Amino acid sequence: MAKVEDNSTSKESLLAAGAALAAAQDQGETADALLDAGDAEEYDDAAALNDTSLSPAKKAFIAVAVVAMFFISFMLGKYSMTPLEVCSVALGFIPKWLGYFAAAFPDPAAMMQVISLDVPMDTPERVLFKIRLPRILVVMLVGAALAIAGASYQGMFKNPLTSPDLLGASTGASFGACLALLLSLGGEYVQLFAFIGGMVAVGLAVWLNKMVDYDPTLGLVLAGILVSTLFQSGMSLIKLVADADDKLPSITFWLMGSFASINWADFLMCLLPMVFGFVLLISQSWKLNVLSFGDEEARSMGVNTRWTRLFVIFASTLVTSISVAVAGVVGWIGLVIPHLARAIVGPNYKVLLPTSMFVGAAYLLIVDNMARLLASVEIPIGILTAILGVPFFVFIFRRNMKGWS
Amino acid sequence: MEATKLLDPRKVRQDVAELAAAQSAEHLLEVRGLKCGYGKKNPVEIVHGVDFTVDKGQFVCIIGSNGCGKTTTLKAVMGLLPAMDGQVLISGQDVHRMNEKEKARHFAYIPQAHTPPFPFSVADVVMMGRTPYVNKLARVTKRDRVVAGKALDLLGIRHLAKEEYTNLSGGQRQLVLIARALAQESDMLIMDEPTAALDFGNQHLVLSCMKTLSKLGKAVVMVTHDPDHALFCADRVIVMGKGHVIKEGTAEECITTDVLEQIYGATAKVVDVEVEPGRVERVVVPLQ
Repeated sequence: MAKVEDNSTSKESLLAAGAALAAAQDQGETADALLDAGDAEEYDDAAALNDTSLSPAKKAFIAVAVVAMFFISFMLGKYSMTPLEVCSVALGFIPKWLGYFAAAFPDPAAMMQVISLDVPMDTPERVLFKIRLPRILVVMLVGAALAIAGASYQGMFKNPLTSPDLLGASTGASFGACLALLLSLGGEYVQLFAFIGGMVAVGLAVWLNKMVDYDPTLGLVLAGILVSTLFQSGMSLIKLVADADDKLPSITFWLMGSFASINWADFLMCLLPMVFGFVLLISQSWKLNVLSFGDEEARSMGVNTRWTRLFVIFASTLVTSISVAVAGVVGWIGLVIPHLARAIVGPNYKVLLPTSMFVGAAYLLIVDNMARLLASVEIPIGILTAILGVPFFVFIFRRNMKGWS
Repeated sequence: MEATKLLDPRKVRQDVAELAAAQSAEHLLEVRGLKCGYGKKNPVEIVHGVDFTVDKGQFVCIIGSNGCGKTTTLKAVMGLLPAMDGQVLISGQDVHRMNEKEKARHFAYIPQAHTPPFPFSVADVVMMGRTPYVNKLARVTKRDRVVAGKALDLLGIRHLAKEEYTNLSGGQRQLVLIARALAQESDMLIMDEPTAALDFGNQHLVLSCMKTLSKLGKAVVMVTHDPDHALFCADRVIVMGKGHVIKEGTAEECITTDVLEQIYGATAKVVDVEVEPGRVERVVVPLQ
C-alpha cells in the first residue's frame, strides 16, 4: 500500500485544511452551527461518513471456510467416510431420531434418553453423532473463544503480543486441573477446578493491580505475570508430589491439551457460558476500539475505562477458563488468530471480533483434524497449535507490522 | 413509563436547577480554588489552588516550566483527575459530578499525534469522537455519520477518510485528531503540547487551524512550552509556576522578559518585528 506520507500529497492536503477553515470563517457561521446536523435525515449519504464495513466477498469467504471445515471434519479420522457416506448416514439417522423422539413424546425420561442419543445406533451413526459432532462443535467453540478473548486483550492492552492467558487465566486453570488430578477426582471435577482456578487467578491479578495502584494497564500486566509465576510454581509442586507412575503422566498429558474425550455433556456444559462471554465481548467492541488509543484518551472520549476493562477481563477469562477446562491448554490461538483476522478485515473491533471467532473456529478445526490424522496415536493439540503457530505468526507479523512501533 | 419519568417532581426540580445554573453562569468554564495531584493512598498535591475562567470562543494558553502543574490542571479540569479541593464548573455544572459520557460532551481532548497499535482507518478514528453519543449497543445513527463527515469537511480532509491513520504524516494525523475532537461536539477543545512532535510547517498549520476554530466560536485551552505559540494564537495567557497561577492576562501582558526569567530562568528578549508594512508581530528571542 502506498504511503501517504509522500511530501506533495501531504502538503496538498494540509493546504486544503487551511483553505477549508478559511472558507468556513468567511461564511460567518460558528463552528457549532457548521457541525450541527440537526435532523440528520435531510442530509444525503454523501454528507455522511460511511462506516468501513466488510465487503460481501470477504464475508462469503469466511462463512464458506467455516462451513466447509465443519463438513470436512466429519469425514476425517480413524473411521474415514466419503462425503456421500456422511450425507447418507446423516440423512438416514435424522428421521430415525425424530421417530424415536415422537415415540418417546410426552414421557420426559424417555425424551431425555433420546436427546442424549441413548438409542440403537450402528457404527457409522455412532461415529458421526456421538463422537464427531460434539467434538467438532466444542473445537469450534474453543477456537472462537480463544480467538475473541485474544483479540479483545490485544486492543485493551494496546499490545499485539498479548494472548488470553496474559492475566494468568490458563495458568490458574491448569493449576486447578492439576490439583483435581492429584486428588484423583473425576473428570467433571477436573473441569470445575480448572474453571475456578482460571477465574481465581485473574481475580487475584485484578485485585493485586488495585492494591498496587499503578498504571491501570501496565499494572495489570505485571500483576498477571506475578500471578502466573505463583500458579506455575504451584503446578511444579503438584508435579513433584504426584505419583510418577500414574498421576504425573495424566497431568502432563492433560496440560498438552486434547479434544479426544469430548462428548455431548462437555458441549452442553460450555455452550451457555461461552455464548454469554461472546455476547459480552461483542457488546464492548466500540469501546475496545476507543480503548486501544490508551486509557486517558478513551476516558476523554466518554468511555468509563475501569468498567469496560473489568467487563472485558471478566468475559475473556470466562471463555478462556472454560476452554482450558474442557480441552486443556491450547496455546497460540489467541495470539495468532486475531492477527490473521485483522489482516483480512482490518482493526475495527465491530467486524474484527466476529471475524476472529469464525477464523478461530475454522483454524482450530483444521488443527484438530491434523491431531486426529497425523499419527497412529492422537497428537495432543497444544503441541500442534504451538508448532504451527510459530511460522504462521512470523508470516502474519511480517505482513502486518505497520503501526506497531 | 416515560411520562412518569418526565413528570417526576424531583427530576423536574433538578432540571430547572440545572437550567438556572447554566443561564446564570457568566463564563463557559469556571475553575475555582482547584487543588489536585496524584496518588490515592499518599496523595501528593501538585496544584495548590488555581482560579481562572474561559469564555466561549476564547483561546487560552497555559504556559509554565516543566513540572509546574500545567498538565495536572488540565486533567483535573477535564475531570480525568479528581479534584482534591475546589470546583470546576462548565456552563455552571460541576464537572466532577458528571459521568464520563457527560464530561466528553463538554470537553474534547486533542492529544499529540500518536501511533495507535492498529491501523484504523481515518473514518474509524473520527467516528470514535461520537462515543459520548452512541447508545449502549453502539448503534451509529445517521446524525453521527453526518457530524463526523462535517468535521472532516470543516478541516478539508474528507479525501483522507479511507486512508489508514497509521500511514499519514504527523500533520495529517493531528488534523484527524482535531476532526475527531470536533465530531465530539464539545463546548471546549483541550490540547496538551499538541505540536511538540511536529515540524515547523505542521506546527504552524495546526496552530492556525485551532486559531480559526476559536474564531468560529470554539473555546480552546492549550498547554504549551513555546511562548511564541502563545503570542501567535492566545487571547489570554495563564502563567503557572509551582502549582499556582502567577500571572494572567493577554499574551502581550504575560509574555515579558521578567515572566520568562521567572518561570524558565532563561534570559530572553521580547521584541516586536515588522513582518510586512503595517503588521507587527511580537516574538521571543532567547539570549545567551
